Amino acid sequence: MSKSSLKQTLKDLDTKKISIRELNQDYLKRIKEKDNLNVFIHFSEENVLKQLDNLEKDNSAKKLKGIPIAIKDLFCTKSMPTTAASKILENFNPTYESFVTQKLLDEGSIFVGKTNLDEFAMGSATNTSFFGNTINPLSKENEPLAPGGSSGGSAAAVAADLCLGATGTDTGGSIRQPASFCGVVGIKPTYGLCSRWGIAAFASSLDQAGIFSHNVEDASILLQSIAGFDQRDSTSAKVDIPNYFENLDDDLNGKTVGIPKEYSIDGTPMEISKIWEDAIKVLEKKGVKIKNISLPHTKYALPTYYIIAPAEASSNLARYDGVKYGFRSDEINSLDEMYENTRAQGFGREVKRRILIGTYVLSAGYYDAYYLKAQKVRKLIADDFNKAFKECDFIVTPTAPSAAFPLNEKQNDPIKMYLNDVFTVPASLAGLPGISIPFGKDKNNLPLGIQILGKHFDEQQVFNAAVSLERSYE
Amino acid sequence: MKIDKNTINKIARLSRIKLDDKESEDYIKDLNSILDWVEQLNEVNTENVEPLSNISSSILPKREDVSKDNNSSEEILENAPDKLEGFFAVPKVVE
Repeated sequence: MSKSSLKQTLKDLDTKKISIRELNQDYLKRIKEKDNLNVFIHFSEENVLKQLDNLEKDNSAKKLKGIPIAIKDLFCTKSMPTTAASKILENFNPTYESFVTQKLLDEGSIFVGKTNLDEFAMGSATNTSFFGNTINPLSKENEPLAPGGSSGGSAAAVAADLCLGATGTDTGGSIRQPASFCGVVGIKPTYGLCSRWGIAAFASSLDQAGIFSHNVEDASILLQSIAGFDQRDSTSAKVDIPNYFENLDDDLNGKTVGIPKEYSIDGTPMEISKIWEDAIKVLEKKGVKIKNISLPHTKYALPTYYIIAPAEASSNLARYDGVKYGFRSDEINSLDEMYENTRAQGFGREVKRRILIGTYVLSAGYYDAYYLKAQKVRKLIADDFNKAFKECDFIVTPTAPSAAFPLNEKQNDPIKMYLNDVFTVPASLAGLPGISIPFGKDKNNLPLGIQILGKHFDEQQVFNAAVSLERSYE
Repeated sequence: MKIDKNTINKIARLSRIKLDDKESEDYIKDLNSILDWVEQLNEVNTENVEPLSNISSSILPKREDVSKDNNSSEEILENAPDKLEGFFAVPKVVE
């Protein structure tokens, strides 16, 4: 089945080949058929129909008018509850709209629902959600696969054609890894390109909103729509947002691609090394200069990340105390007991683990040895990239060390689970833009992803390289 | 072992998360294995390296220093588990 692209749909709407209502009815039908995938935490047909009614009364021209979009349930939305996939926010109805979702609403898009994720975006398989697993739409019958995570619901929503695009957030790989697992395109832009305002915070120095879509062109259209400066996020960047789509150029002749030797990791399946080599060969044929580069601190990125991210999370998640919003335990004989029981009952196991480790590395006597040390290594990792980008225009690597793994695969060992992010975390620590595009399959016919990294705010180069690889693969 | 029963209790207390005995046991194991793993950072020489806390290269923009009253206390209280006369309500703090 060939899925309609956003670009084509915009044309079809423009030429009246299809109406906004017909388009959305089609998506609603599919969403109901694919209910078993557990893609959405919140879906209400009535809500979608209400949005349609309102949109039909609106005569103004809008860039994304009537386009069905799925929203990761980490973005606060006024019209739908927002849970962060946590029991602690089970009944939370935001009274405000996140920056990113407001931009999409202003352009006339229709929100089909709020997608499932790992609780507070902490995970790589969408299996820490309070609302159950999401199933990868590419699974064979009776062999359910994980969609990746944390934005697994959004990646699955695009892969199952339940929307024409979806929002995600990426802290250490949470857009790129599920995009790879589900065979869709996922872009995490430069840290600061999209405002974090109204996104439930996980690790604020790393969190960044981004896009899932069927192809690179669609991603370039949607990213432009959600990017931009916002006073309410102090790390939001004041940069001009180019028209990525209009500027797309698949001619890479004369460009230089960096291939980091440290990304050849022992134990990486042959198939993944193979698609990496294939991508390099394709680029070479297009006149791209291949440059072997070194990012010497790559192996320290994961341990650095797993100090910094939990530290920031432990601080960010202190706000869930049973006082201001969300769940409150019934066992509340004193204020302290209320806090401790609320948080014990409201958070899941992985979230508690990260709060505890984060609290430890920030606690008196350990701060310098762990947190400060990690921040220093982070500087070295960022410097590695700065040096490398003096010699190349973009970097190409695999996205993830495996294809989608079985849903029921036991992941009792936290470190083993953390290794899913081995190729995505370094760029997150450096704040760089990265995209994952489907590129090749493994022996079970599951998609594999190639990751393209660019310089800060050079999303255009990332898109250009991605569209070029995509067109050569199709 | 870096984390023992006393340490986990202390961290849990600082985090305001009540743990039962079984959970404490599990987290002692998890946290020790994670801390052993991150120990490899000690191999890296970070002498004279500035810690990186904010990746954003742009200079923080300034805004005008004017007060704003959004008059939003009702909205702020809307999701409160318990409220009383325009305030959040919590269990009695002072005896």
